[in-house]
Amino acid sequence: MVNVKSNMEIENKYSKEFLVKLYEEMVRIRTFETKAGECFNKGMLAGNIHLCIGQEATAVGANYALEKTDFITSTHRGHGHCIGKGAKTDKTMAELFGKATGYCGGKGGSMHIVDVNLGILGANGIVGAGIPIATGSGLASKIKGTDEVTLCFFGDSGANTGAFHESINMAATWKLPVIYLIENNGLGVSVDIKSVTNTPNLSVRAVAYDIPGKTVDGNNVLAVYEAVKEAVDYARAGNGPSIIECETFRHEGHYCGDPSSYRPKEYIEEAYQKDAIKRFKEYLLENDVTEAEMVEIDEAMKKEIEEAYEFAVNSPYPDLSELTTDVYSQDNERSVVR
Amino acid sequence: MSKKVSVSAAIREGMHEEMVRDENVIMVGEDLGKMGSPFALTLGFLDEFGPERVVETPISELGFTGMAVGAAMRGIRPVVELMYNDFISVSLDPVMNQAAKLRYMTGGQMTIPMVIRAPMGAGRRNAGQHSQCLEALFAHIPGLKVVCPSTAEDAKGLIKASIRDNDPVIFLEHKLLYAKKEQIPEGEYIIPLGEADVKREGKDVTIITWSRQVYFALDAAKELEKSGIDAEVLDLRTLVPLDWEAIKKSVLKTHNVVIVEEGVKRGGFGGEISAQIMEELFDELDSPVERVAGLNIVSPFSPPLEDANFPQVDDIVGAVKKVLNKSVSLV
Repeated sequence: MVNVKSNMEIENKYSKEFLVKLYEEMVRIRTFETKAGECFNKGMLAGNIHLCIGQEATAVGANYALEKTDFITSTHRGHGHCIGKGAKTDKTMAELFGKATGYCGGKGGSMHIVDVNLGILGANGIVGAGIPIATGSGLASKIKGTDEVTLCFFGDSGANTGAFHESINMAATWKLPVIYLIENNGLGVSVDIKSVTNTPNLSVRAVAYDIPGKTVDGNNVLAVYEAVKEAVDYARAGNGPSIIECETFRHEGHYCGDPSSYRPKEYIEEAYQKDAIKRFKEYLLENDVTEAEMVEIDEAMKKEIEEAYEFAVNSPYPDLSELTTDVYSQDNERSVVR
Repeated sequence: MSKKVSVSAAIREGMHEEMVRDENVIMVGEDLGKMGSPFALTLGFLDEFGPERVVETPISELGFTGMAVGAAMRGIRPVVELMYNDFISVSLDPVMNQAAKLRYMTGGQMTIPMVIRAPMGAGRRNAGQHSQCLEALFAHIPGLKVVCPSTAEDAKGLIKASIRDNDPVIFLEHKLLYAKKEQIPEGEYIIPLGEADVKREGKDVTIITWSRQVYFALDAAKELEKSGIDAEVLDLRTLVPLDWEAIKKSVLKTHNVVIVEEGVKRGGFGGEISAQIMEELFDELDSPVERVAGLNIVSPFSPPLEDANFPQVDDIVGAVKKVLNKSVSLV
């Protein structure tokens, strides 16, 4: 890993407003995830949740390089990606609680946050499944002759699926406007990526498809933003896809409640030492943002997430009449009965 | 006015009309370009519609099926060709976990208007990995519609309905029907999904079937005439949604049922229909429902073995006679 401090030395070309927005979004995600984890540990949430604490910089840096009209696909660890793309924390929290007011009316849950109107084509419970879907979204833009790009989030394990190769091969050949963003947190559930992958990094695979590939410090929100922005501009100009690998860390277990004893002490130490929010805070302090301003943001985010929590808790569960709706868009009732 | 065309030409004509009608309709799959697909289903499409609407893919079934799902989310209406329905083994995730489920899982936000066309069936000496009838597998997955046409006329009308449908539709074409030439109406017409068709009226027994076995059933009915048995042949055409009213109407008339399918008997769709009839029409039956289906084996290569596996006319005749021998009318 590159020296933390020097990695942050990015040319001072961003407005204070923009930098503060990045900070706010990262804090929003972390506060949301922390609250979700608390709720899970109290037994308030059913099923499983996968927290992205530690990976906020990739979600925020990447999404902020996109236009509102662009699209994303996400993963099982997708709360941050979706919030970064504009998903409301109250409707996201309500979905985690399985409530009628959640994004999917409680039918999807934590791994399936979707808001089609925000260009979120879905978090996904199957590792790698978003890769062909994002490719198809890119194909749709090409067929329609529109200039939206699609950003495809997936992890290091997603990069080891067959879907990765099949999709990127097609996207590269047909110059589809897709950015394949690998969040490499070094772990596939419990397995060290280095023990199942021969190359030192994953972006090197871009060579195989003759497309741009880059590995960046995924805990540096500006480094992520810049790399993704470059790939977005490249895709929007009709040049085709890129692979961006963001090296990052998972602060928590694979799922909430996973003791994750498989993670070596060094991993955890490095994760906290290179924490994206901590480092960005230091950077902001050196760039005209005061401690007080940041505390104010922290408090505002706490308030927003408390409100999201209250909204979720006080929302009704879906009515049982919803049980069999929306399996099909046409002829639903008959197709469900038999 | 009608004209005589092969089943494959009828499907091609239906797809062609939809491609002309709606620019969002695209073709996706292997060998769809110069070759026009292995069974000539997209012959000439590349020249007419160009490579952006005739997406000739690498041999990447998982990738291009998933890609079609993503395109469908964005309002494109892909018609994916799987070269054989057996290849679903390598592309099932986009179908089973994505296309089929995403409307429900997103609380109705997503619409996935796509068709997956796939040749199926035995009889071409293609052995175990190229001869299966997998309609039961698809019908088991909520969120998919399943269409299995038998005639040229039905195939054209149903492919058009499938392309216009807003849900993922699995459209299974029996390989040995492609070359069959039949009369179809001139011009555009649609056959709605979920409507069965009485291919032969009869009063003694209902033979419920679909796809290629419709022809076997019709031949069996002719054979049964010689014994004075008047069989009705009901072609389901669509398995999901199922035309229960048509099944019920026929059972109320004949009170005896034989279900015929080419695929593996265990877990086959015939068992599902049989169960539904038992559950809801038990009192109407004069005899137990009988199934005629493929054996619970791998489809063999050697011609005599293959022919012995899937149902033949004699098997259907035998099953009907067995049912009628047991038949006890209380009326």
